[in-house]
Amino acid sequence: MTTENNPQTNNPSPQITPTPLPRKAKQDRAPENDPGLWRMGRKSFFSFSAWLAFFGFIGISTIGSLRMMFPRILFEPSKKFKVGLPEEFLIGEVSEKFIDKGVWIIREQGGFYALIAICTHLGCAPRWLPTENKFKCACHGSGYYKNGINFEGPTPRPLERAAIGLADNGELEVDLSLKFKYELGDWVKEDSFYNYVA
Amino acid sequence: MISPMQKFRESEVYKSIFRHKYDDTQRNRALQIVDNVFLHLHPVRIPRHATNVGFTWGMGGITFLLFLILTLTGVILMFYYRPTAQYAYEDMKYLMNDVAFGPFVRNMHRWAAHLMVITVMLHMFRVFLTGSYKPPRQFNWVIGVILLVLTFLLSFTGYLLPWDQLSIWAVTVGTNMARATPLLGHDGPFGLELGMKIDNDIRFVLLGGTQVGPPTLLRFYVGHCIFLPLIASIFMVVHFWRIRKDGGISGPDTTKKTF
Repeated sequence: MTTENNPQTNNPSPQITPTPLPRKAKQDRAPENDPGLWRMGRKSFFSFSAWLAFFGFIGISTIGSLRMMFPRILFEPSKKFKVGLPEEFLIGEVSEKFIDKGVWIIREQGGFYALIAICTHLGCAPRWLPTENKFKCACHGSGYYKNGINFEGPTPRPLERAAIGLADNGELEVDLSLKFKYELGDWVKEDSFYNYVA
Repeated sequence: MISPMQKFRESEVYKSIFRHKYDDTQRNRALQIVDNVFLHLHPVRIPRHATNVGFTWGMGGITFLLFLILTLTGVILMFYYRPTAQYAYEDMKYLMNDVAFGPFVRNMHRWAAHLMVITVMLHMFRVFLTGSYKPPRQFNWVIGVILLVLTFLLSFTGYLLPWDQLSIWAVTVGTNMARATPLLGHDGPFGLELGMKIDNDIRFVLLGGTQVGPPTLLRFYVGHCIFLPLIASIFMVVHFWRIRKDGGISGPDTTKKTF
């Protein structure tokens, strides 16, 4: 240890570990013991702000673009529609009047139910075969009885029922957005069957 | 006496385009690959076993060739096809019946598409059999799987575009699977808990509605013609680049004395 090598002190009796000079106070330097988030220089602050702006822009643009993929208005037929007066249907008949909307109206002794014409196998459109008294899907051969219960082909479960009830003007009304699944025990629920005895 | 061709080769114009000579030397053959933007992904030198068709089957290259054919014929088809429910089917019929070479170009597109799915799978099969998925090529296998999925998606989106009964019902069945997507589908596990309904889940985004309709046709068209080919091209560039970076086409282990 030589004093010549330490120009900071001219102390004749030098210490082994010289005390460091007090740090020069600088405007853009945080206090020594400040552990906080704001311990950041001027240039790092600008850098941080620029990156924040960049990723903020990218992030908000991405969210906006994703939101754009969800249409607000659907140009699709209404899920709820009137199908006519109850007297217009015959007992035991499978009405195909509203098959374009994807539903069969079936009148039994005790009332009405509406079966959704979407195969529960993979979503094709089955047909009603009156001579064979069954619904048959052309895609993979699933078959259902008149009450919608599956009995042949690959389908694992019965057809689904849509909600059916009486509208204000006395017509039957079907709501396709309300579905009733047999396997969940929904077919005893209200609106899955409309009680009607002429 | 200098031939006109030689004069042309020494002209300012030629030399501004081709930076190297054409003499058949090792150096020039290397420069032809390195100095060309289209070829520079390819290795300058390839090992002898890489030219063995019995080893590579050439399936990756054939798949890429089919992709180029599909791009070319696809662009030609776009001149006659309008992706709206009103016109799509009519335009397809017009192409098949009245456009000169229409059936030829459309069938080329169709058969190349079928073939590409087959060659992609055969390529995957070969890579598996030769153990080419092993280190250091693991990541290129991953990229290959992504490209396989993109090929299937291209095939699936193209299926809807004729807009006939077959395509509509095929896509209805295909997208019904999206109902059961975990978390993101309204019929899938945890879908209901996350508030998924028929009009806000992943299938809704795919179809642009709750059923296959005109918005679906447009979405599939844009996906088929722009989005998916673009993504596939990017992954293809990486796929080819990595073949070289991972040490070229795999071959017998030359470090082992048993060969």
